[in-house]
Amino acid sequence: MKRETKLGNIIIFIIVLFGSVIMIAPLLWMVSTAFKERSSVFALPPEWIPDPITLEPFRRLLEIDTLWSGIRNSLIVSFSVTIIGSFTSSLAAFSFAKLKLPYKDLVFLLLLGGIMIPYPSIMIPQFAIFSMIGWVDTLRPLIVPGLFGNIVMIFFLKQYLSNIPDSIVEAAKIDGAGYFQMFYRLIVPAIKPAIAAQFILWFMASWNDYLAPLLYLRSPERLTLQVVIANLNATYAIQTDYPLIMAASVVSLLPVLLIFIVFQKQIIENVALSGVKG
Amino acid sequence: MIESQASKLKKRSSVTLKRKSKLYKNEHRFALLFILPPVIGFLLFALTPLLISFYASFTNWNGLRQMNFVGLENYRRLLSDSYFWTTLGNTFYLMIGIPIGLTLSFLLALALNRRIVGRNTFRVIYYIPVVSSLAAISILWQWAYNGDFGLVNQALAYIGIDGPNWLQNTATIKPAIIIMTVWKGLGYSMLLYLAAIQSVPRTFYEAAELDGASPLQRLTYITWPMVRPVTFFLIVTNIIGGAQMFTEINIMTPTGGPMYSSATLVWYLWQQAFNYWRMGYASAMSVVLGILIFIITALQFHMNKKSSYKLD
Repeated sequence: MKRETKLGNIIIFIIVLFGSVIMIAPLLWMVSTAFKERSSVFALPPEWIPDPITLEPFRRLLEIDTLWSGIRNSLIVSFSVTIIGSFTSSLAAFSFAKLKLPYKDLVFLLLLGGIMIPYPSIMIPQFAIFSMIGWVDTLRPLIVPGLFGNIVMIFFLKQYLSNIPDSIVEAAKIDGAGYFQMFYRLIVPAIKPAIAAQFILWFMASWNDYLAPLLYLRSPERLTLQVVIANLNATYAIQTDYPLIMAASVVSLLPVLLIFIVFQKQIIENVALSGVKG
Repeated sequence: MIESQASKLKKRSSVTLKRKSKLYKNEHRFALLFILPPVIGFLLFALTPLLISFYASFTNWNGLRQMNFVGLENYRRLLSDSYFWTTLGNTFYLMIGIPIGLTLSFLLALALNRRIVGRNTFRVIYYIPVVSSLAAISILWQWAYNGDFGLVNQALAYIGIDGPNWLQNTATIKPAIIIMTVWKGLGYSMLLYLAAIQSVPRTFYEAAELDGASPLQRLTYITWPMVRPVTFFLIVTNIIGGAQMFTEINIMTPTGGPMYSSATLVWYLWQQAFNYWRMGYASAMSVVLGILIFIITALQFHMNKKSSYKLD
């Protein structure tokens, strides 16, 4: 193993610390601005701790109706997609990993190849199809495709399942257990941590999605939160109402940051795993 | 216990082939049922639109009923569309951030692999931008780049530099966006590199040290080659992602920047498809994008195969 000198570690610590200041400063700036009065935004030199600290931007923000509908819509989309999608993905992973089916490996490779298809290459016909059946300006185009499962999640669950001996599944088969029963009694308990981690990652991705909601949603009260804050930005930047815009950004980041801080160990472990396996 | 029981039962069940085949048929049925949702999803929401996109690129589709076959007309128009070339060029230009980000994140991972104080805290801090929503981050940086009161110029003022109005200037707009994307993606690459570095067997380093290899030699001949799969994975995923850059551009520079200097291919495609309803034309662009991504990825796979590192 490399010999680590104390001096070397101190120098590296200082460099990494300097880097982490650059990483966190814009976010702290955002939080700080969200508690400022409109005039003190332009104070020179800049105030890192607002004087006075005011909740007024948040008060004004909470009076904006689209913020509330945005939060509601984002919750509806993210939860329905990830809950049902995780179920279908887990079932599919179980089948791909443990059940016998001719050509299933070929089918799996085909699905995996689908990751390479860029969304912009399919969004125009997808939009046309959904507008033909009258789904534009509803949440359905954002929800329905996700219900069919997520190949990335299937991939990782399948990897995880390969650590579980086939003989356990075989034994259950011989015992005459139904396949759904097998799934609930054997598979789900065994891969619960992996499902949870993938669920969290997917939830965050869904919550943060911007392109598809921008494409499909029109009415102000139907927008998801990310589009709502982007629109607030476009409207209020002209009035230089930065405290309000930053308050809105803070609100949109908060749920994901909370999830990240609570589950950081699982998230970091799972993402690290994805690189080693992928 | 369960396993021995299982093998006993398995032997018994294979006594009659007929019974086994019946068992398999049942298993096939359920296996198929379970994989059906993602397969249907893939066919409905990916493959079918992809094929329609391909067909539409040969038509003058306007999103409504008009969809007449026009042959290669759209592609011919692309060749002479200066906006197309500008946005394509911008898309590639903005990918400069990929090697920069990978280098920085590799160095960072090396640093955090050492026993320095607070390494777990650093790991979390560097990862926060990764989980943050791109929309909020773009809004934040748009303001940080404000010429008069933005955070970036105020920081530069401390060291006596009078910063430009980053997003209004054709010379600084692309570096500004590159800096932001590097900042956003650093933590992710760092995490993958860190995991890869930690999985290199210690015996390699011990052997190298015995042979008198210098730290730099150990880095270039052991660590870097051993993390090559991660480098490869990151290059491929970053290129696929970078080729589709849209959100940052649409939020930070809603008009594509001065003289289209920040407009990316997907941003231009979006304008053509959903502002001007030239869906046939936009489909042609999306086909070009898909083929580009495919070629670059295939090239990467080919190069990775050729230079793959073997331990013997």
